[in-house]
Amino acid sequence: MNATTISPAQSATGDLAPGQSGEGPQGFGAGLKSYLIGLALATGLTIASFWAADTHLIYGPGVPIAFVTLAVAQMGIHLVFFLHITTAPDNTNNVLALAFGMLIVFLVVTGSLWIMANLNHMSMPMDQLMRMQP
Amino acid sequence: MNTSDIALRLPASLEVRDLHTAALVDAEAAVGRGGGGPTTKRIVVGYGFWIFLLSDIVMFSAFFATYAVLSGAAAGGPTAAQLFDLRNVQIETGCLLLSSFCCGIATLAVDRRNLLITQLALLGTGLLGFGFLMLELREFRGMIAHGAGPSRSAFLSSFFALVGCHGAHVTAGLLWLGTMMAQFRAKGFRADICRRYLCFSLFWHALDIIWVAIFTFVYLMGTRT
Repeated sequence: MNATTISPAQSATGDLAPGQSGEGPQGFGAGLKSYLIGLALATGLTIASFWAADTHLIYGPGVPIAFVTLAVAQMGIHLVFFLHITTAPDNTNNVLALAFGMLIVFLVVTGSLWIMANLNHMSMPMDQLMRMQP
Repeated sequence: MNTSDIALRLPASLEVRDLHTAALVDAEAAVGRGGGGPTTKRIVVGYGFWIFLLSDIVMFSAFFATYAVLSGAAAGGPTAAQLFDLRNVQIETGCLLLSSFCCGIATLAVDRRNLLITQLALLGTGLLGFGFLMLELREFRGMIAHGAGPSRSAFLSSFFALVGCHGAHVTAGLLWLGTMMAQFRAKGFRADICRRYLCFSLFWHALDIIWVAIFTFVYLMGTRT
């Protein structure tokens, strides 16, 4: 009995639903601490994002990269501290679903941008098109 | 005949302990591998809703892609840099982040079956969400009053579609939140109500994640160039 105790939130398979923390029965304080850490980190990253928009300390063309990095970091913070998605084995199903979702998001966004930029490049500029009208 | 002899000679306590370790080994081997028998309804429901949320995020990605393609197509009208007020966006972001945090407090309270804290935290979640929605509607009204409505240019059409879609989700979330508060009051912490609440909390946190993408790619990138 000393090896593993399965908490009531867990199933016989040991999987966890998203949004459930795997710590099992714990005090209100321990759960609150996790949310407070998440809130502090997310607030810090938000402030950093808006600061990056204002400041001249960052090399101009590098600012969008800073935005993307900070946004991805904040999404990660939300996933870990608010949605309780972890890399533990009890979260394998949730992480795999997330990874597949992210793959589709990546394909839709980059695919659209790529195709539209390509079409833009291939098509005749609007003023030339106008001049060809009888 | 031989085997039953051996079984009889084994001390009873040892046999029980062996069965127990075997069960533990089975349970450990099954973690995350789909073995070990049917899972609880709470986990099936949570996982199913997680799949729905990911499909919702995929839908949002199409709106994001549309906006990214059309964000420069202002058709001689007002551009992103002229329209967006970052101060307003900061307050909106703060409202939604604190709302998400309150929702987390409510989750802790639901896990501990504390009705008072649950209702107070949900009220805070709802009020902050409502504040966010009012700020967004004020921004939309101001833009439309200045002739920058969704029909002005392709850029504005895609802007109102993307940000409006998020706003519609928040509105639906607020209705759901009110329903949850009424159900906790009327029916208490029944297993089915708690499952519904798990889905609501996932929905609310996911909306905050989508807002992070919106304030980064729409507002911050838009006012930059």
